[in-house]
Amino acid sequence: MQKTTTTGADRAARFRKSRAGRRRRDTLVFTLFMLPALFLFINVVGIPFLLGVRYSFSDWGGFGLSGSRFTGLTNYSDALQDRFFLAAFGRSFVYALFMLVFVNLLGFFLALLLTQKFRSHNLLRSIFFMPNLIGGLILGFIWQFIFSRLFTQLGTITGNSSFFFNWLTSDHFAFAALVIVGIWQQAGYVMIIYIAGLQAIPSDVTEAASIDGAGPWQRLTRITIPLMIPSFTVNLFVTLSNAMKQYDINLSLTNGGPGRSTELVAMNIFNSAYRYQDFAQAQAKAVLFFIVIFIITLVQINVTKSREVQL
Amino acid sequence: MTRQGSSGSPSDPQRRVSSPDAKSRPRAAGRGKRAGLAALGWFLALFVLGPLYIILINSFKSRKQIFSDQLGLPSSFSWAYYQEAGRKMDFGRALWNSFWEVAVSVLLIVLISSITAWALNRRHTRGSKLLFVLFISMTLIPFQAVMLPLVQYFTKWTIPALGFKMVGTLYGLVFFNIGFGLPLSIFLFHGAVTQVPISMEESATIDGCNRWQLFWRIVFPNLTPMAITVGILNVISYWNDYLLPSMVIQDPKLRTIPLSTFYFFGEFNIQWNLALAGLVMTILPVVLFYLFAQRYIIDSVMTGAVKG
Repeated sequence: MQKTTTTGADRAARFRKSRAGRRRRDTLVFTLFMLPALFLFINVVGIPFLLGVRYSFSDWGGFGLSGSRFTGLTNYSDALQDRFFLAAFGRSFVYALFMLVFVNLLGFFLALLLTQKFRSHNLLRSIFFMPNLIGGLILGFIWQFIFSRLFTQLGTITGNSSFFFNWLTSDHFAFAALVIVGIWQQAGYVMIIYIAGLQAIPSDVTEAASIDGAGPWQRLTRITIPLMIPSFTVNLFVTLSNAMKQYDINLSLTNGGPGRSTELVAMNIFNSAYRYQDFAQAQAKAVLFFIVIFIITLVQINVTKSREVQL
Repeated sequence: MTRQGSSGSPSDPQRRVSSPDAKSRPRAAGRGKRAGLAALGWFLALFVLGPLYIILINSFKSRKQIFSDQLGLPSSFSWAYYQEAGRKMDFGRALWNSFWEVAVSVLLIVLISSITAWALNRRHTRGSKLLFVLFISMTLIPFQAVMLPLVQYFTKWTIPALGFKMVGTLYGLVFFNIGFGLPLSIFLFHGAVTQVPISMEESATIDGCNRWQLFWRIVFPNLTPMAITVGILNVISYWNDYLLPSMVIQDPKLRTIPLSTFYFFGEFNIQWNLALAGLVMTILPVVLFYLFAQRYIIDSVMTGAVKG
């Protein structure tokens, strides 16, 4: 605050004089403002997370800690010997890989297509984004009808029952169905983010490149894609973490079936607790799941950040 | 194909014919190419609209027709299945439950996260920086890692004399919703607060505003665009959330839309005509919301993703 002798000076002086006291009071007031968030946060995420880590080393039965014994790494070694868990984890990785590739390919292609100037491009953007607003649970039910009923009828009509049959009754086809519905849900979302990225590229850069003789393919690979790295970072992160955490579509489309052949890791954790009543082991699985998500995220952020191009 | 010197007028005929690719030269795209692109777009859109169309037409069919013919139009048109599905799902009650659960959660999270973000942003102490980083890093914790202890921990939060309990009530669900939504919302508001000029806050302080008034009268109005974004993003995630409500709500009377859909499907899986009518009814509010707030929704998703 500069010294002032004009009108209103008394107010400014009062403000200046009390600054030290104000600062202390500010800290108190600001802390008060943060209290609701802190309270919610500590109770909803903080404490349950720490409790969860603690329970994963005990024979916790889903109720209080009292009465449960410390069992060391037993739950972890049990979890790592549970072949259904390992299979579900591996399946989630495969699922995430498929999603990463196809969601982003399709989403990027749609973004390129729908940033062209033709009449219905805005309407089409809205249509492609729509599945994302309808929750995964309901999408899964919609597609359950398509894959089980409509496909059977299409098989009868076309006579091609090796492709058109109830996909949800076969291991591999049911997994493919999960991937397809996942793509259906996510492609429109990443498309929106790619469109934002494409629109942020200044047109003079691409125009300059084309004057310099760069063909369309060169402009795409040498100019557009390098400048889009931030969008790719965001989208790869979003698709990967959504795919690893996928539960809703898994539940409503296949419910892990046939058998347990399409069970993803989130469903495996849930089922260990509620279907098989092994809360402690489920919690150990959940902690392992957390560690894997944590590592993937850190690695991915580092890899993509280092390739980023600044304008 | 050489492009040198073809940067002239958009009507340059050579350019119009020669460019096979419209990706980076929209103005040069000829009418035929535009039609081609539109056709490709609409062809791909069929994969989105097709399943929704199938669901819609089949929701009117009789049980007999739905088994024999899924592609054709319904032979008779009747609202009967909608009425029955609505009754069996207790649709009105579920809609109301979802509506108020989402509305209260969103209102509170906007108020709480905006003031927290402001307080975190305006104090340049090591503590507030650490707290901010801690808030943000919480997004790395998947829900599955905390869900089992969460239920057990909050089951103890009960006052039987007052009928107060956190697990098994919609206000409990609101509380959990806010807790899980906070990191992203605080992060988004934190970015928006940086854009609010401090000089404005200083002059308001000199004019005698206390901190509380300062926030609600001066700062918050400047955060309105972000408040809309945060609100919409949270509406989408709360409205569609299934896993959290399924773990804390047992009373059928308190079921939200995703919960009642799930239980309804479990019961009537074989009766597809009822199930599909139920599905159409659950999608309808989302479609209406989308039609009503489409531009805001897409803008929100863009800001949410780019800044998140």
